[in-house]
Amino acid sequence: MIDLWIHPGFLFILAAAALPFVKPTWKVAIKLGVPVLGFFVLVLVSHGIHGVLPLLGQQEMIFGRVDKLSLIFGYMVAIGTFIGMVFSLHVKEDKEHMAALVYAGSAMGTVFAGDLLTVFLFWEIMAFSSALLVFYAPGQQAREAGMRYLYIHILGGLLLLGGIFLYVGETGGIAFNALPQAGLGPMLILAGFLLNAAVPPLSAWLPDAYPESTITGIVFMNAFTTKTAVYVLLRGFAGTEILVPLGVFMVLYGLGYAVLEVDIRRLLAYHIISQVGYMVAAVGMGSEMAVNGAASHAFANILFKGLLMMGMSSVMLMTGFRKLTELGGLYKIMPWTFMFYMVGGIAISGFPLFAGFVSKSMVISAASELHRPWVAMLLTLASSGTFLSTGLKLPYYVFFWKDWDPNKVKHKVTDPPKNMLWGMGLAAFACTFVGVFPGPLYNALPFENAYHPYTWSHVIGAYQILLLTAVVFFMLLKKLDPEESISVDTDWTYRRGIAGFLWFIRKPVVRYENFITEVYKKGLIEPVKKLSQIGWTVDTWVFDGLVNASGWATLLESKVSEMFDVHIVDGTVNGVPVLLGGSAKRLRKIQTGSIQNYIMAMVVGVVVLGFVSLVLFG
Amino acid sequence: MWIIKYLEKIIENPAEMKKAKKGCLYFGIALVVADMIIHIPQLHLVHIYFLWDWIPGFSALYGFISTYLIIIVSKSIGHAWLMKPEDYYD
Repeated sequence: MIDLWIHPGFLFILAAAALPFVKPTWKVAIKLGVPVLGFFVLVLVSHGIHGVLPLLGQQEMIFGRVDKLSLIFGYMVAIGTFIGMVFSLHVKEDKEHMAALVYAGSAMGTVFAGDLLTVFLFWEIMAFSSALLVFYAPGQQAREAGMRYLYIHILGGLLLLGGIFLYVGETGGIAFNALPQAGLGPMLILAGFLLNAAVPPLSAWLPDAYPESTITGIVFMNAFTTKTAVYVLLRGFAGTEILVPLGVFMVLYGLGYAVLEVDIRRLLAYHIISQVGYMVAAVGMGSEMAVNGAASHAFANILFKGLLMMGMSSVMLMTGFRKLTELGGLYKIMPWTFMFYMVGGIAISGFPLFAGFVSKSMVISAASELHRPWVAMLLTLASSGTFLSTGLKLPYYVFFWKDWDPNKVKHKVTDPPKNMLWGMGLAAFACTFVGVFPGPLYNALPFENAYHPYTWSHVIGAYQILLLTAVVFFMLLKKLDPEESISVDTDWTYRRGIAGFLWFIRKPVVRYENFITEVYKKGLIEPVKKLSQIGWTVDTWVFDGLVNASGWATLLESKVSEMFDVHIVDGTVNGVPVLLGGSAKRLRKIQTGSIQNYIMAMVVGVVVLGFVSLVLFG
Repeated sequence: MWIIKYLEKIIENPAEMKKAKKGCLYFGIALVVADMIIHIPQLHLVHIYFLWDWIPGFSALYGFISTYLIIIVSKSIGHAWLMKPEDYYD
């Protein structure tokens, strides 16, 4: 244990800033090395408070609150970043990696923040840097989804900030510990947290934006926003009763939509909501085992959910299709993708010997121990739904179903580039390792853990549920055939709702305005015109005589001044534009004109400034 | 990879498919039998939290009902209300 505290988030953001200025080999070293370095910093750092920045007055911003709860989420961010970086290594442009590193760094910042202002600071950076991963995807659709994503997260940030102000005004302290479960301030903070955790009805941004992000960006998006939200909920609102029904509802909501979905990555996005529901319900239950369950399920999710996303992103990259109706029969031509994907599908469904089994069963057991039969029953039902959509339906329609027609695309469809396979392979290995040897994960959990997942009744029960799920899947296969459609979610309110508002603007408001214009025209403009005509007649005859005379005088004067101008002033002035022209040319290169780059520069700038001040004054 | 080869064999050969299905059936029966054995009270292998934990094979039944409900309920809500043509927002 060392007392030297290097904020891992600082490392990530520094790496993002350095990335465009180094040689390609160094780029690879940075992308892979920084998450590893961050991981080891976390392994070595001692528990306690580090990186304190005094604010004006009596308050302190705490950048490094290190305890078991923050550490396990810190490990998650480091591992998630590493896997994502391996998967995206083939992407040549730096901007995506820079955004991802800033995003991961700010997720680290949120996790280790000891006060509410620091949480808010990194919360906002996270929103902007993750939005970039949507903006960088080609096409109008992605840009629009990115804007909606950004608006919603700005709204969430405002809820959080408003809540923080009210809370701080009431209590006088900004420390971020367990918050009271009543009062407007804490409730607004809770709402801000729930928005990032994608709890319905504040969830529609997730399935709206994630599937539109870049091929590799979704792996990062999947890992950070919702998991840091689970962290702050655990820290601030463990044991808040309302979270139990919300979490259970979320689980069912996500998997219900997943059954309807036809877009492969959107289906998985709905399953993120479903999976985070387990964690939110566990936060609400709040017992030691439930908190452990939430943390371990978040950890496992980064592995298998990332793996599933990587698999479907690979399919999308190699075939160019993203809908179940357009896919099928890929298992022979993309065998490795299929195999790795299936490991993820099996792991998330909770097959014994894989990560989902050791984490999900802990949440369900926590519900059983607290004698909550409904919670236990509905979460068990949801395990069927998870296997149904991610382990059976999605792979069936993508990899089997019908033969792949090679003429459908011009190029030959194969497994994706090596680094993408390595990314998937790593995640698949980790899923299996955690499932077979849950010890290291269990030791890292916030509370002392005596839980044993591998009992006879657990294993046999799990296999029974999974087997019968598969049986019903093949029984009702016809009912599940993909249908080309989209499902309305709560984003209807701001997508169609806004259209309704626009109609209101177009029809009644415009009509009203036309009427007013007409009134003006008749009552004001026409009389004024008449008046001015009279004025014009007077003008031509009386005033022009005077004006012409003064014109001649002016002409003479200007001749004189021109001579002065040409010979004396111009000599000096000509020197200046030459100088200006040169620097303008240089400055123009900085302006790329695309808003993402400006946001990126601003975000990096703010963060670097923050850290510099921390280093200097902290 | 042998798994891919095996899958190819099952898909292209109905007789192999039948064999695989039979294998699943035997596996299911074995599971229920195993569940009955661990439910023998003297063995103390099952922790009873709720009433249904007494019933051997309950998980199988529950898995069947769950999946059936999920598919039917989701699809009917979808058809009645949620699913819209793809250009709905354009």
